[in-house]
Amino acid sequence: MKTAFSLNGQAVEADSHPMERLLDVVRERFGLTGTKEGCGEGECGACTVLMDGEPVLSCLVPLFQCGGRQIETVEGIAGGPAREVLDRFVTTGGVQCGACTPGIVVTAWALLQRNPEPGREEVREALAGNLCRCTGYEGILRAFSREPER
Amino acid sequence: MIGIGESPPRPDGFAKVSGAARYVDDVSLPGMWHGATLRSPHPHARIRSIRFDPGKAPEGAVCVTAVDLPGPNGIQLLDDGWPILADAFTLHVGEPVALVAAPTRLAARQALAAVEVEYEPLAPVLTLADAETLPPLYELRLENGDVETALAAADRVVEGEYRTGYQEHIYIECQGMIAEIEEDGAVSILGSMQCPYYVHKALVHALRLPEDKVRVRASVVGGGFGGKEDFPSALALHAALLARASGRPVKLVYDRHEDIIGTSKRHPAVIRHRAGVDRDGRLLALDAEILFDGGAYSTLSPVVISRAILHSFGPYRWPSARIRGRVLRTHTAPNSAFRGFGAPQVEFAIERHMDRIARELGLDPFEIRARNVVEPGDRLPTGQVLDASTSARLCLEEAERRTGFRARWQALEAERERRRDGEPLRGIGLALYFHGAGFTGNGERKMKSPVTARLLEDGRIEVLTAMTDMGQGCAAVFPQIAAEAAGVGPEDLAFAEPDTGQVPDSGPTVASRTTMIVGGVIARAVAELRDRVLAWRKSGESVKDGWVVGPAGPVEPFREAARACRAAGPVEVTLRHETPEDHAFDESTYRGAAYPTYAWGADVVEVEVDPDTLAVRPLQVTAVCEVGKAIHPTLCKGQIEGGTLQALGWAIMEEIKLQDGRYLNDRLATYIIPTILDSPRIDVHLLERAWDGGPFGAKGVGELPMDGGAPAAAQAIENATGIPVAEIPATPERLLRNR
Repeated sequence: MKTAFSLNGQAVEADSHPMERLLDVVRERFGLTGTKEGCGEGECGACTVLMDGEPVLSCLVPLFQCGGRQIETVEGIAGGPAREVLDRFVTTGGVQCGACTPGIVVTAWALLQRNPEPGREEVREALAGNLCRCTGYEGILRAFSREPER
Repeated sequence: MIGIGESPPRPDGFAKVSGAARYVDDVSLPGMWHGATLRSPHPHARIRSIRFDPGKAPEGAVCVTAVDLPGPNGIQLLDDGWPILADAFTLHVGEPVALVAAPTRLAARQALAAVEVEYEPLAPVLTLADAETLPPLYELRLENGDVETALAAADRVVEGEYRTGYQEHIYIECQGMIAEIEEDGAVSILGSMQCPYYVHKALVHALRLPEDKVRVRASVVGGGFGGKEDFPSALALHAALLARASGRPVKLVYDRHEDIIGTSKRHPAVIRHRAGVDRDGRLLALDAEILFDGGAYSTLSPVVISRAILHSFGPYRWPSARIRGRVLRTHTAPNSAFRGFGAPQVEFAIERHMDRIARELGLDPFEIRARNVVEPGDRLPTGQVLDASTSARLCLEEAERRTGFRARWQALEAERERRRDGEPLRGIGLALYFHGAGFTGNGERKMKSPVTARLLEDGRIEVLTAMTDMGQGCAAVFPQIAAEAAGVGPEDLAFAEPDTGQVPDSGPTVASRTTMIVGGVIARAVAELRDRVLAWRKSGESVKDGWVVGPAGPVEPFREAARACRAAGPVEVTLRHETPEDHAFDESTYRGAAYPTYAWGADVVEVEVDPDTLAVRPLQVTAVCEVGKAIHPTLCKGQIEGGTLQALGWAIMEEIKLQDGRYLNDRLATYIIPTILDSPRIDVHLLERAWDGGPFGAKGVGELPMDGGAPAAAQAIENATGIPVAEIPATPERLLRNR
């Protein structure tokens, strides 16, 4: 079955089973491997992409739900105006192994669109569904929250 | 700036934030098939037969079992007692019994249904209590002085038993490997691993191949924490066997459930202490018994229990000590390396025991530590004399100064009985800890850790090591060390990928040794390479800021000089780690310098406990650490922040329950690690004191922060609730049971 949607700003069509996971669609059919599988059951957030601007877990989204939607992956965000934010994310120590990182970039970017200067608690709330095992989250908070470094 | 003490952006940073970094599952080779693993459903069983019916599998699918192995059925680590595939018996649930490969991931999973195994279930040993009566997998002792006499003469003998649970690594990238067979029969591996040469050694051993017919490359590694120290050797063998059987490249990537049931965890432990003290709280003698659940095979357990014994006495003076450590065998997956490597369990126990001693004597947690903490010149129970970089007291006092721990702890103790119902309970806890940096005992002396530096034709210095960046940041720290040591800029340097086809065996990326040991060899190797260029010029010059400098000032860029030198012929230097002569350790008696140095830390943890549910929320951690000079302070603090949270997860929420030898918490929906909302604010304070044995004063840092968080959190919970915490994780159920 063909499903048409927008992927990182381009009109695309995926000819596949309607229940195929969006995660596999972007990774395997479109080669966008920035989106990671961490658990396959919606617990870790590594596979987060934007659907019409809202973060969704692509391991839980079947292809048919994407018809007519705008999907943005980490590659789309990094290729756009996010450069400054991403550079800051690296310098604050928010990135270690990098496996959770694309999901965090996507989720944080959605937050920053709504609120360019979120406080520590707002960032914590927004990233509640993104597990990171390396950083203790402090480097991530330094990157995205407006609270100055102490 | 990339000078020592600066924090330049990590070179792999932008690739990671933009999704461009290629982890093993992101790599696809032409014609590549996918593998899957059939696992034992029984903790202990005889395997009567294994049959593969190709008619029931997707077309072309292949199956490999133990009978197909070309060599010994053993994964070479310390020994080769860990089977590649279960043969006559299976000794744990999840043990690999057969492997299949098929053109797609789905087809590979379908092919599993075509394998039929007949088992005869046998009685399993599943608890440490049962295992304690059976011969251990491994046993070690350390004895110093006359413990019995000292205990008999002590004013008081304090006894205690402490328990710690499993911990699963939960690196966000699951284990994965791709194997390919070259035309000449050579095996090529690409995968997520900490130790390319461990994998190389295992493949050479089991496949009976010459060393130059095995090539192992590490991909980008999405977290390790010890979990990718030994298991990648098993997975690489599995992928290689399937590649041979199918004649195609084969990718074997675990999903999360499989990664949890099939790979190692932190050893659950029971630790029993008897401590003799005088009435002033001075420690006189320690009698300790350490039991670790090793699971079905010993894998790395002998070295884990060794490190446990060598940290079991904590950063304290013990005139006499007797410590016995045993790794017990149960019918569960082998437990193995996890950040801290045996030290977190025993440091939890000794810290809790210090608190128990203090309580019995009416002292506060700060005071009991201040009276017994080791100082430069003191001897550990191994006889090792502590050097000038012994900073335990410094950390303890700085933590007190920053947090006012003592007064707050005392006030909360006094208030506890007066609190009204329904009010959240606040508590504060302190722990003092240490971690031996580098391999235990003579490990570094045996390993030697060669590092190569050579000139490229364009005049850059290329550094070749086998170290992998699993997130900790050696990709950033190594260039800082090399640039400073050679006097050049980052643009004058290149770093080879960890590929056994080209880099020397500079050892595994483990044991907090990468910066301290391998970084030290890098510094010497690039300096020597620079000196060779200068000697070739015969001009009495030096190199500074990337320029060759003569008596009259800068002469030409170093890179130009190096390019000319390289044009005259290859220039290459290989240096090894050299253990100082006076650093000696006797492995038969456990006497001597067990580690080249120690890193030190003190944590103060503040918690809030719900008075009704007893759910614990950590609010704030202050971690004061002395790790020598921080080469890259942001990454150094990042290690401490991340390790501290892992320690709190282990202390408070991470739990695996067993039923009939099966892990009940075998997915991320049930094995809970801290989210950002579960996490406290973590303030890290580095007390930088250069240690002259490490590059530019650096010690190891990676594992240290795993040692302090749990006992500090346990003490804080006790301070808040009055419930004794001798067992972790301190879940509401467990606290309620002990109320």
